[in-house]
Amino acid sequence: MPLNLQVVTAERILINEDVDSLVAPGSDGELGILPRHAPLLSGLKPGELRYRRGGEENFLAIGGGFIEVLNNKVIVLADSAERSEEIDLERAESARRTAEQTLANRGQLSVEQLAAAEAALRRAMVRLDIGTRRRGSRTGIPGRDF
Amino acid sequence: MPSTLALRRRIRSVKNTAQITKAMELVAASRMRRAQQNVQSARPFSQKVLEVIADIAALQKSEEISSVSPLLQQRPIQRIGLVMVTADRGLAGPLNTNAIRRAVRFITEEIENKPVQIVAVGRKGRDFMVRSGREIVAEFIGLPPFPSLLDTLPISKVVIDDYINGKYDAVYLLYTNFVNTLTVRPRIIKLLPIDPNAIEPDQDTADYKKTDFIFEPNPNEVLRALLPRYVEVEIYQAILENIASEQSSKMVAMRNASDKAKEVVTDLTLTMNKVRQASITAEILEISNAAAALESQG
Repeated sequence: MPLNLQVVTAERILINEDVDSLVAPGSDGELGILPRHAPLLSGLKPGELRYRRGGEENFLAIGGGFIEVLNNKVIVLADSAERSEEIDLERAESARRTAEQTLANRGQLSVEQLAAAEAALRRAMVRLDIGTRRRGSRTGIPGRDF
Repeated sequence: MPSTLALRRRIRSVKNTAQITKAMELVAASRMRRAQQNVQSARPFSQKVLEVIADIAALQKSEEISSVSPLLQQRPIQRIGLVMVTADRGLAGPLNTNAIRRAVRFITEEIENKPVQIVAVGRKGRDFMVRSGREIVAEFIGLPPFPSLLDTLPISKVVIDDYINGKYDAVYLLYTNFVNTLTVRPRIIKLLPIDPNAIEPDQDTADYKKTDFIFEPNPNEVLRALLPRYVEVEIYQAILENIASEQSSKMVAMRNASDKAKEVVTDLTLTMNKVRQASITAEILEISNAAAALESQG
């Protein structure tokens, strides 16, 4: 029985395909979802979403969001989503440093600058989090632990 | 009568202008298509967020719901926040004027001059509000031509924080809605407090009451986390709509300008030919008069 997976961000539908199973970073721990899963609605924290299709495993970096499972349909509403290999760790690290430096003198910032710096920091942290986690995680497929 | 030379120069200058407006029209047309696509692709996300909010909220009694999050709390309205989305630049027909006029009507009539604080997105609206002496809480100018959600998060953050801190008791959002290529309309929607009953869910709504859903960690937590997303997505969508509207207005304005230029060139060419013809006639007349005079003398 196929499980339809949709990964939607505010900018695009990243994925809309049938998969065999998936593992999502739920707010209270990882959620493994197989076909015929009970209806579920959960928050997601930044992390890795893995899905398997025909023996092939795929990875996505999710920047937090929500997941809804209903009638073999899984909808992931992600704040941001990218294929984890797309992430540039160095760029994320330098973005984090810039944002932190800006925030260090928060007293002198206007509302806009403060909000922009906080948003930048949040984005960089998510990237770093996912990027580093990705490197340390195991795929479960021999020879594909990277 | 202007000289042929002067006319010829004017024709050339008008033609040059027409070339520029034509190019601007084409640029605007392609940007409009892209902006429209962005609006389309943002829709599934916001639609789903709305549905889930409405569905979870429907689980609870309306008296209890407001205790879940301050974003749902109806407070007595004393001060109002207005997020005003306009374009940074002009040359877009009546787009900005109409949006500003709508804002003025909203402030003076619909909310009866209650104190308003403006969160200005876009230079045109900011400039107007500064000139008319309104209080501007924050301004966001120079967003990228096709912003991502992340680019607009600072705006929603300011709005949410200020709302929670009681800087305003209700927040409205003004932008220009893209109806179709020829029709764009300024529109004001209420952003905060969120009224889940006002959200109209789509057709394939998951009915949480009938289905036995597992909520993790619990329905209220999920709702609490979703509400800021609602604000973020609404603002993001408004900005996308506004960009599509701006480009379509620009396209129409530039097309009108190009058409008008063509007309002017035709008119000027006609005048120029008339002037040329008249001067030739006058010359011939002079020559033949002179010849006649010589003949009658001799």
